[in-house]
This record gives sequence, C-alpha cells and structure tokens, in this order.
Amino acid sequence: MIRVVLPQHLRTLARVSGKITLELAGPVTVDSVLDALEARYPMLRGTIRDHTTKRRRPFIRFFACEQDVSHEPTDTPLPTAVASGAEPLLIVGAMAGG
Amino acid sequence: MSRIRLLVGTKKGAFILTADGKRKQWTVDGPHFGGWELYHLKGSPADPNRIYASQTSSWFGQVIQRSDDGGKTWNPPGTKPEDLMGEDGMPKGESNMFCYDASTETGKPLTTHQHYDGSQRPWEFKRVWHLEPSLADPDTVYAGVEDAAIFKSTDGGKTWKELAGLRSAKGQLWQPGAGGMCLHTILLNTGQPDRMFVAISAAGSFRSDDAGQTWRPANKGLQSKYELPDPDADVGHCVHCITMHPSRPNTLFMQKHWDVLRSDNGGESWQEISGNLPSNFGFPIAVHAHEPNTVYVVPIKSDSEHYPPEGKLRVCRSKVGGNDWEALTKGLPQQDCYVNILRDAMAVDQLDPCGIYFGTTGGQVYGSSDSGNSWAPIVRDLPSVLSVEVQTLP
Repeated sequence: MIRVVLPQHLRTLARVSGKITLELAGPVTVDSVLDALEARYPMLRGTIRDHTTKRRRPFIRFFACEQDVSHEPTDTPLPTAVASGAEPLLIVGAMAGG
Repeated sequence: MSRIRLLVGTKKGAFILTADGKRKQWTVDGPHFGGWELYHLKGSPADPNRIYASQTSSWFGQVIQRSDDGGKTWNPPGTKPEDLMGEDGMPKGESNMFCYDASTETGKPLTTHQHYDGSQRPWEFKRVWHLEPSLADPDTVYAGVEDAAIFKSTDGGKTWKELAGLRSAKGQLWQPGAGGMCLHTILLNTGQPDRMFVAISAAGSFRSDDAGQTWRPANKGLQSKYELPDPDADVGHCVHCITMHPSRPNTLFMQKHWDVLRSDNGGESWQEISGNLPSNFGFPIAVHAHEPNTVYVVPIKSDSEHYPPEGKLRVCRSKVGGNDWEALTKGLPQQDCYVNILRDAMAVDQLDPCGIYFGTTGGQVYGSSDSGNSWAPIVRDLPSVLSVEVQTLP
C-alpha cells in the first residue's frame, strides 16, 4: 500500500480529504504511482503531468523521505519507506508566488 | 418576472450574482472553485441551466467544469451520474485535454509563432480564456485558448478538437500581448451559422465563412504604429475585444490596444471611431441589447499604466455608433480610482431598460439598470475580476 499526499487544490478537485492510499503491483516509482493515481482519479490527469508527454508540470514537485525527487528519472524506484507505505509520496505545488 | 444571473470569474474562484428584474437586490453565491483562476464562465443560450466554466491554475493546468443546474453543482464534463453515487462517488470526467491538431489528415502540423522578441516558438497550450456555447445546441461549445487557437466540443465539453485552419492564417506572425497569446473573443450569429469571428491578442481579428474550417484575417484599416514595424500589417494587431449586435451581424465594434473601431461590412474593413474619448486605450466593448448603434467602452489611460485616466472610472457611451461619446459617471468613483476592467469583464442583459455590468481588477462588480445612466456596486470586495457574463432568465 502506497500513501500519497496531494496539494489542497487537487484534493478539492478529486473530492478527497486526507491522504490517499493506492495498491501497486510491481516497482514503486513516480510513474507507477501516478499511473495508479490517475486510474483511480481520472480528473487528475493533466494536473500533475502532461497528458501526452507525461512530463511533470513545471510548478509541481515530488518529495519523498525529506528528499526532492522531482528531477530524478520517473522510473527510478522510490525509497523503501515509500514503497512500504511507511512514508507518503508528497505531491506539492511549488512555493512560487503562493 | 425575469431574473438576472451574473457569472463572475475571478482570480480566486467563481461567483454567481442573482437578482430579480428590478436588479436592485442581489444575492452573492460563491466562491466556487475557491483559489483557482476562473477565466470565463458562460451559459448556453439554448439551455440557460447549462453553464461552462474555465478553471485554471499555473500549478495544476486547465480544468473545464460544467453545471447542468444553473450553477448549483459542477462537474468536469464526462462525469456520469453514477460516478457521483455512493460513499466513494467522485467526478470522473477529465475535460482538460486540449491538443493542437498536428494530424496529417488535416495537413496542419504544429507550427510556430512569434515570441515577444520576434523569435519563433512552437504552439504550447496554457489555458482556456473564453468559452462560447453554440446558440442552438447546448452540447456544442467553442473554446478560445492560449497559445491562440480555437477548439470545438460537440459532446458537452467532454472532448475537444482544434479547428486548426485558424493557425494557417499567417500564424507564424502572431505574437503574445502582455497577457499572453490568447484567443479571447468568439462571435457567433444565428442568422449566419457558418460565419464566425474570433479575435486574438496580438494577431488581430479573423473571419470564417465555413463554420471554422478556414479563416482569413479581418484587419484592414487597423493601425498599430508603435506595436508593429508595418503599422497596417495583415496580422499582428493587438485586438482587445470585438462585439456585434445580433440584429446587425455585418456591423462589428472593436476595442483595439489603442483605438476604437467599427466595421460595417463584416470585418472587410474598419474605421476608427475613437472621437472624443478621454483615452482610446481600453479592453472591453459592448453593445446595448436593444439599440444596435449604442456602444460602451471603458477608457484606460495607457498600455503602460492600465488604470482610468485621472483616477476617474468612466464608462463611455456612444448612441450614434461611435465618434461622439458621453462619459457615464453617476455612481462610479470619480477620484482615486486605479482599477482596470479586463476584456471579458463587461456584459449587457436583455431586459428593457437594458442592464449593463462590469467587474474590476479591484474586485468590484458595478451594475446599471438604466442603460448606463447610473451605476451602483453589486459587490465591492471580490478577488480581482477576470470576466462577467449575464444570463437573462424567464
């Protein structure tokens, strides 16, 4: 079980409160977490990464275990603590202008 | 008695203001989508309960929202009623896919346009500036987007397809205005369903006579002395807004970056009608609901200042189709006013006498129920207003 924390505006859009839990089969990477997240919450497609290119939107960042993993290749395995559900993957709106 | 519903888009959400036909007592509902930029909301003329909204964010991109009950509830188009049922119910529509048409079938590969510095950049979708529902079909709606292009949906906003012929109208010479390279105006007309006009900042106005498949520039007579190397170029002009009265579809009025103009031949040529305006710079332009030759603009001092001349907020009205303007000031601040009124932030209702409304970057929405003779604030402290549309309801 993976835990994901969304920024407030995306929680509102998906009409969820608190953390999201996802079941993943296979390697836990940013790609696989986002695939599972978008499958469960289709309205989030395009809000975190581009529909077509799958590139992260410029003002979105990914934090895991107090590390910024935004610039890691998106098929890089996330830390074990995230893969085990001990720590969440934080999807964060960049501070710029906020 | 008729009712009025104002759809107000702001930098931090949407607000719906309602009143009866007297237009004296208003109810304010909102914010909807609090914290998001709501560039534009517009109701379907064919079904006033159907309202489309452009919800956007620099962080999270574009979302289209739709209401089928006059703005009480909203969902992204594509959401089925069963999606919302049960404890885990959620909207499952994903109406935010605006992909420029680069298909070989249409022969419109993704091309480039001018950047601010004159270099070429490929088209890149940023947001929806304007939504224009069809006059006849609630499920058909057009979207004007940044980078400038027009999209069409025929399934209630669930999916969108670009009308790519527009970018063939010398798109390589288009460039961004201060707000970005946006398609902000779409004009439809019942009597000529195949004719459409759009306006783009900074490209100009364009006309289609085949329902949006092909387009040609409609900018003859425009002069942009300080913005373009060739002041009367075919394209590149920073047109801020165009409008028409439905009974006279060949007569168009334009607020350009500088200059107010009119065309009496369906955009074939334009003549300046700025006349005695205190400034010929501004953003919105509107036509009276029952007097096709009565036009409204809001003069703004300049492109580098973006506030009213002398700190006096004036709506200027011409009852003779331009050149001779009177300043309407009763009820509007006549000192220390430094707000702006954006291009989609003025609209008229269909009642008699005609009501006219506008919103400011200071968060005020002003209304007049007597064709502009007098004004009163409906609300004073909303977030910065991006757009105002009116629905006149039975």
